[in-house]
Amino acid sequence: MAELGAGSLLLGDPAFNYQEAELNERLKRLYPAVNEDETPLPRSWSPKDKYSYIGLSQNNLRVHYKGHGKNHKDAASVRATHPIPAACGIYYFEVKIVSKGLDFLSSLLPLSPIPGWDKHSYGYHGDDGHSFCSSGTGQPYGPTFTTGDVIGCCVNLINNTCFYTKNGISLGVAFTDLPPNLYPTVGLQTPGEIVDANFGQQPFVFDIEDYMSEWRAKIHGMIARFPIGERLGEWQAVLQNMVSTYLVHHGYCATATAFARATETLIQEDQTSIKNRQRIQKLVLAGRVGEAIEATQQLYPGLLEHNPNLLFMLKCRQFVEMVNGTDSEVRCFSIRSPKSQDSYPGSPSLSPRHGATNPNLHSAGADSPTCSNGVTPPNKNKSHNKYPGVSSASSSSSSSPSSVNYSESNSTDSTKSQPHSGTSNQEETRLGENDSEMEIEAEHYTNGVAENPSARIMNGTYKHQEILQAQDISLEDSCASRQLCGGNQAATERMIQFGRELQGLNEQLCREYGKNVTHKKMLQDAFSLLAYSDPWNCPVGQQLDPMQRENICSALNSAILESQNLPKQPPLMLALGQATECVQLMARVRSGSCSFARVDNFLH
Amino acid sequence: MQEVTATSRHYVDRLFHPDPQKVLQGVIDMKNAVIGNNKQKANLIVLGAVPRLLYLLQQGLSSSELRTECVVVLGSLAMGTENNIKSLVDCHIIPALLQGLVCPDLVFIEACLRCLRTVFISPVTPVQLLYTDPTVIPHLMSLLSRSPRTQDYITQIFSHCCKSPEHQTVLFNHGAIQNIAPMLISLSYKVRMQALKCFSVLAYENTQVSMTLVNVLVDGDLLSQVFVRMLQRNLPIEMQLTAAKCLTYMCRAGAIRTDDRCIVLKTLPCLVRMCSKERLLEERVEGAETLAYLMEPDVELQRIASVTDHLVAMLADYFKYPSSVSAITDIKRLDHDLKHAHELRQAAFKLYASLGSNDEDIRKKITETENMMDRIVSGLSESSIKVRLAAVRCLHSLSRSVQQLRTSFHDHAVWKPLMKLLQNAPDEVLVMASSTLCNLLLEFSPSKEPILESGVVELLCSLTQSDSPALRVNGIWALMNMAFQADQKVKGEIVRALGTEQLFRLLSDPDTNVLMKTLGLLRNLLSTRPHIDQIMSSHGKQIMQAVTLILEGEHSIEVKEQTLCILANIADGNTAKELIMTNDDILQKIKYYMGHSNAKLQLAATFCISNLIWNEEGSCQERQDKLRELGFVDILHKLTQALDPNLCERAKTAMQHYLA
Repeated sequence: MAELGAGSLLLGDPAFNYQEAELNERLKRLYPAVNEDETPLPRSWSPKDKYSYIGLSQNNLRVHYKGHGKNHKDAASVRATHPIPAACGIYYFEVKIVSKGLDFLSSLLPLSPIPGWDKHSYGYHGDDGHSFCSSGTGQPYGPTFTTGDVIGCCVNLINNTCFYTKNGISLGVAFTDLPPNLYPTVGLQTPGEIVDANFGQQPFVFDIEDYMSEWRAKIHGMIARFPIGERLGEWQAVLQNMVSTYLVHHGYCATATAFARATETLIQEDQTSIKNRQRIQKLVLAGRVGEAIEATQQLYPGLLEHNPNLLFMLKCRQFVEMVNGTDSEVRCFSIRSPKSQDSYPGSPSLSPRHGATNPNLHSAGADSPTCSNGVTPPNKNKSHNKYPGVSSASSSSSSSPSSVNYSESNSTDSTKSQPHSGTSNQEETRLGENDSEMEIEAEHYTNGVAENPSARIMNGTYKHQEILQAQDISLEDSCASRQLCGGNQAATERMIQFGRELQGLNEQLCREYGKNVTHKKMLQDAFSLLAYSDPWNCPVGQQLDPMQRENICSALNSAILESQNLPKQPPLMLALGQATECVQLMARVRSGSCSFARVDNFLH
Repeated sequence: MQEVTATSRHYVDRLFHPDPQKVLQGVIDMKNAVIGNNKQKANLIVLGAVPRLLYLLQQGLSSSELRTECVVVLGSLAMGTENNIKSLVDCHIIPALLQGLVCPDLVFIEACLRCLRTVFISPVTPVQLLYTDPTVIPHLMSLLSRSPRTQDYITQIFSHCCKSPEHQTVLFNHGAIQNIAPMLISLSYKVRMQALKCFSVLAYENTQVSMTLVNVLVDGDLLSQVFVRMLQRNLPIEMQLTAAKCLTYMCRAGAIRTDDRCIVLKTLPCLVRMCSKERLLEERVEGAETLAYLMEPDVELQRIASVTDHLVAMLADYFKYPSSVSAITDIKRLDHDLKHAHELRQAAFKLYASLGSNDEDIRKKITETENMMDRIVSGLSESSIKVRLAAVRCLHSLSRSVQQLRTSFHDHAVWKPLMKLLQNAPDEVLVMASSTLCNLLLEFSPSKEPILESGVVELLCSLTQSDSPALRVNGIWALMNMAFQADQKVKGEIVRALGTEQLFRLLSDPDTNVLMKTLGLLRNLLSTRPHIDQIMSSHGKQIMQAVTLILEGEHSIEVKEQTLCILANIADGNTAKELIMTNDDILQKIKYYMGHSNAKLQLAATFCISNLIWNEEGSCQERQDKLRELGFVDILHKLTQALDPNLCERAKTAMQHYLA
């Protein structure tokens, strides 16, 4: 066993690390469905699961025989570190015969002195070319093999068969009805025998990817041709319903209406309700959680009272947004009008977007100059005014106040000329809808996003406000220098007061419902922000990322829907989740076809 | 005469309306009426719609819309029965449509090409019609760049009209390869597929095309790489199979080495997969035939194929059609099975023949396959000539094995059906069967005796009179094998049945193989002293004449060597010796060959002299003296110093006899 420990020996070797990275990449490509946290792939022979007559070297990939080799009793074998995961679908490894002794036995699977002789072990022996299946008597199978030959073993976990290859040529099925959890194994019997394994470290001699492609095509064909028979009409209705409910869920009001019209289906929820939900979602996504809570309480009385956990989550978020300087409770200190905003950093692409136009938008845009005028002078730090995304905005945020001023007024002007600064919506266009509102939106989008922030400098009612979803908002965040609560003293005091209220709420909840670890953690994380001089660049700074608003936003949306006796998740997402879960379950119950039926293969 | 309905008449009448607008409407209505209606199509043809449509089509005054619609209707008519096609061809539709291709209107051209395609892919259309006007092929080549549709139709026409090496050459000379190669990476699957098919037809047994193909680049890739990509397992079977054919033909033409990775690791495994049970019967037939062709000349490929995916066992399934289940459960399936059963069997026999043509282990593996010998035996007497031929090819391939001749061939009495097959068969079957018989008549073959008793001599003698050199060779070869170490009776029978006249005619046969085997027969007949003396006493004069003639003639070393060996055999006889000793001309010739530059001839001639001076009985002294006089001793002396050890040894032995 002197050769062992090669792994640690070579750990610092850059070439080895490079090989390791290459191996990982190749394995990932070969077996994309395998979750290595649950079921690791074999990467080398196991120094533990081997007979003492077996010696390992070269990163535990080379096997040599060091016994007497007088008869079958001296045969010895070694198996790989892990069994073959079912999620591989098709698994393959190769062994090169570096040196052949008198009588060589190479092969596959569980540990027995001579693979193929013991129960649940299978082997292909080089001396006679026979295959052995759980017994000492072989069947004529393939040719014999010797020094210089590369022998491969392919386990098909879809139909539970196995075939071997010799120098890249498939020798045909050797075994059927294989049991699960087989290990790659090799057995040697005479001194001088040396074999090298290739679990993916090197390109294989046999074109396994070609073989896999055939099975992938087979399984995809099976899925595509799944017989639905008489239920064709039924299926269409289900699909339409799925699309419709998805649109409604996320509040794509106009698209949903247009879709319903085209497919002659009905929408469960009424328009106002959809719009209300959308409005609340937008507020959350804009970081104006306080207003969102207020709106929810107003529109859905009792909802938050019945969901204290949700309320607590919202409040925690509100606190975070206060730190961020985005919540209206702190904004009001920097901006005269308590509810007007400079900008609402939308969250990146993932979040739902609103497709409806806002009738009041034009007037909102017209009002903005006054707000803008009032705001500029006292606001020393414009940097946290997040311009969703563009070069002019980012340059202004890093430059002197005067230039900020300029940029602001400039953008205000452009707002006037761009009264339609509603949502830019790629989502709808992708869905293939083409009503006029969207065309306008698309037009607006091409006009550039730079002007948009000022479009949201509006009069008091949030109802008319629109949120711009800019892709590069986070970039904006990172290059701007930010200050706690927008750097305003009064705002900071308000925040601290709010923090105390939050603490109180937590204690109250503890009294009523008992201790809640999640709450405690949430609160801790939120308060931790205050411990750092630059909360945006601290270990818990992640919380300030606008992306973090999405979870709470969808939780709130789901809660509202539930309260209206509507499904809290759109059936489309449910189906998607089910399919994904089902494929994962297939891997766990060792149904190999899961590897070629991956959900993301069908999502484009 | 078919029933002519009034409506059909009406359609035709409208084609004659004076108002062109009405005519156009009439043609469009006719188009809608004939789609999928074979009876309507036949009616319209009988009523003379075709000439009128052709007239409208060729009429310069017709609008391009009308002309296009006319072609569409004609194309629709062509989609019907074979009789429809015949009628259309009889009306000279092909020249008319080819003429139409000159028009600049792409839509019209596409319609013409579509119709031409339909006509040309029918087996009843004479393909020669494509080649009668020499301007047609170049024009079609120029149209290839017009649209994916023209590409699709034109390559289909080429694929179906390329039936001979001449056709291949015409298409090749007009730049088919350069024009079609870019289509292999077309976005349209159809176009890619048709281009591929076209290449498979062009490359088949054509060295010129294959050698050119191998150097063609498509978008920076060698054509062979493009073909290899088309072998990918996730692609449609049709594409894999056709790409494998292209590579096979290129390999057989010597454009790709047989040990190239693309043949060993790609083409061969792909063809083996085509033989699997999962494939359609047609695909299995094509796959097996192509594979047989690919590895026929290369033992290494045969060895690889024999271990690939259990091919030998897989082929046994080819004999299980129609399967017993299908007969009861599914009549349609039974029909399908029956239709392909012969094709499957012959393809399997062909592939077995190819697999077993060189390697003893593979032959053993084949004969050990379930019921294999029984299948061959019954295949030999099947009604289908194709199956009989393939079965006898397979048998021939296996008959090259000494072990199989001794065991399975004898156990299954294969000679019986083989003899039956020889009685009355076309030449190609006869060649294979007689060649197999040659092997069965080898002296160690246990089948030799029963074959002799079945009166095979007459049959073989008649083969030697055949016009086909291959049959003559096989006939005389079999006789040669039969005469090897045979008893007096058999030899007598051969000589009697063949007749000296025929024997000497064969000695002047233009085919060297025939000559060699005839000399071999003579040599085998002239072995053991009593036989030599007996035959020479009755035919000595003619034999000596023939030998002289051959030694004087322009023949290869091998022929001369064989002839000198015959002389050596004659010299071994007791009385026959004198025929040489009294013939000074022959003695001079022997002397000449003892001094020849070729060691083999020297050896054979020395053998002859050695036999003449053999010291056994009284008369040897006389011969020795005569030979010394003629200067043979000096030559022998010289030869004892020869470089060739055999020759040197032989000369020394001869000298010892002199001293004794």
